[in-house]
Amino acid sequence: MSIQFKKETFRNDYTFRNSQWAIDRFPFPFHEDSYMYSVNMEQHQGGPKGSVFEKRFDVDEHYLSEMEDRAIVLAEDPLRCQSLPHMTLAGWDLLELIMVSKSEDYPDLFELHREGNNWRWVNKPMNIDDQFVFMDETTLPYGPMEYITRQTQGDFAVLDQRDDNLWMDAGMVTTQADWSLDFDIGMNFFEWHAPVPKAHEMGIFVRALKFLLNIQQGSPARRLNWTMTVNPLLDTSPENYHKWGVEKSTLAKENVGEKQHLRVELQTFFRLPRSNALVFPIRCYLIKLEELVTVPKWGRRFHRVIRDLPEELATYKGFINNRPMIVEYLSAFDDGQPTSDGIWPD
Amino acid sequence: MSRFQFPKSIISRPLYGVLKPRQGKFHLMIADAEGAEALFDVALADPEIMAKSHIMYFPKNTGQSYIGKLEELGAAQLYIGPSYEASVSRLRKILNDAKVGLQIYLTGTESLIGQGMQEVAAAGIPHTEVQTEHRGSVARRMQCVHCKGITEDVIYDPFVCSHCGLNLFVRDHYSRRHAAFQGVCVDAENPGDIPDPVELYS
Repeated sequence: MSIQFKKETFRNDYTFRNSQWAIDRFPFPFHEDSYMYSVNMEQHQGGPKGSVFEKRFDVDEHYLSEMEDRAIVLAEDPLRCQSLPHMTLAGWDLLELIMVSKSEDYPDLFELHREGNNWRWVNKPMNIDDQFVFMDETTLPYGPMEYITRQTQGDFAVLDQRDDNLWMDAGMVTTQADWSLDFDIGMNFFEWHAPVPKAHEMGIFVRALKFLLNIQQGSPARRLNWTMTVNPLLDTSPENYHKWGVEKSTLAKENVGEKQHLRVELQTFFRLPRSNALVFPIRCYLIKLEELVTVPKWGRRFHRVIRDLPEELATYKGFINNRPMIVEYLSAFDDGQPTSDGIWPD
Repeated sequence: MSRFQFPKSIISRPLYGVLKPRQGKFHLMIADAEGAEALFDVALADPEIMAKSHIMYFPKNTGQSYIGKLEELGAAQLYIGPSYEASVSRLRKILNDAKVGLQIYLTGTESLIGQGMQEVAAAGIPHTEVQTEHRGSVARRMQCVHCKGITEDVIYDPFVCSHCGLNLFVRDHYSRRHAAFQGVCVDAENPGDIPDPVELYS
């Protein structure tokens, strides 16, 4: 099918909704009735047809509205997109990876024409048709990373690899689960994950880093992560927390199904060819509880996961105060029946 | 006693050691306030080192307390500055002119150590090769994550951002690049609900 791009907002009047198509393909992140940290990596080599795992960079009905939201964030705060001076080559690598992938995976939407270093990029949904010289920054309106990530859903952390570690040395971060690129840029893998509770002691980051350092070109990996967000707000940034934090207090029994969203990150990892950097796209999918519980298995399971989540994790994920209300809402959709293994609907 | 044992914290929070005289042709020692005491200990351990040392010292709130004794160390160069900020162009010149074999010592408040480290890193010297020792106040240099302004010498949690006026709580998350801890709005979810300020580590 060709994608029907929606005109919607992720702020103020919050008109964001998922169509039935988007609900059916939502990346529900729980493969069993409970949750604890795990490295949970798998190869990112496609997936079931129509699923968010099928393409290297998933494009969905929210594409144009997400790109508009990103432009608003960047106009207010240019520090959301930064690249340390040694990361420009990785930016070109990323631009190439995305242009090649999207033009191959969505030939009806994107075209890439290359003659030597003279490239023409056509992004039909965004009405972009640009010619530029590959590796010549003066021929693009932005740096290469910023140029292409203004046209690609999801946040992007570009990680330099040196000293057996990964360094957050560039990124485009406007749809983040409450972390600051401007503060964390330049940190290594353990430092930028420092505030995460429990996982360090469990050895999660040591194992994850070991896995990531060994990712090879052409063999990308992926995992899902999740948190909870009140209202379909993409920009849950620390920078703007003093503005959106209060929205958490607006949750009430009457509106919890409408306002409370499960926020899922499809995290993928690609080795970049020239720079040997690792790019870490973090794609955010939102779904309100009302939409989520239309899939009976997800309603049952989500109730159990949220109800039994350790307090420390509910605090870290920022919904400890609202948990009782959320659990009460979800309990109406849990008839106690067993659930099948895996994330897919029955 | 000017030493303080910081409790175990998250990985991004810096750790400090104890200064030891190292072998080297040149020694750059940067200190503020009670950091002078750590320099005295270095001099005691190796009196020879001072003839090859450049000391940059900022008394902060210690006034004249340490000046006389610093002068007696016999450093090749002793600079007493009114503030760290005022010295930055001087420090950059020294680091740019630095020869191989320069040993660097940073001691005093976390703010001084962190900002000195920023300049050292900018000059291309790995932070792992620099010795540090915390002495004196446990006040912090805080960056407001909202307006990005820096508030120096924060000793109470929460505190008021000196730039945007928001009430911020003090996190242990630390950025070497900003040489600052992160301050985050404390009453974002319940505006006006601001806990009573508590002195750090009290």
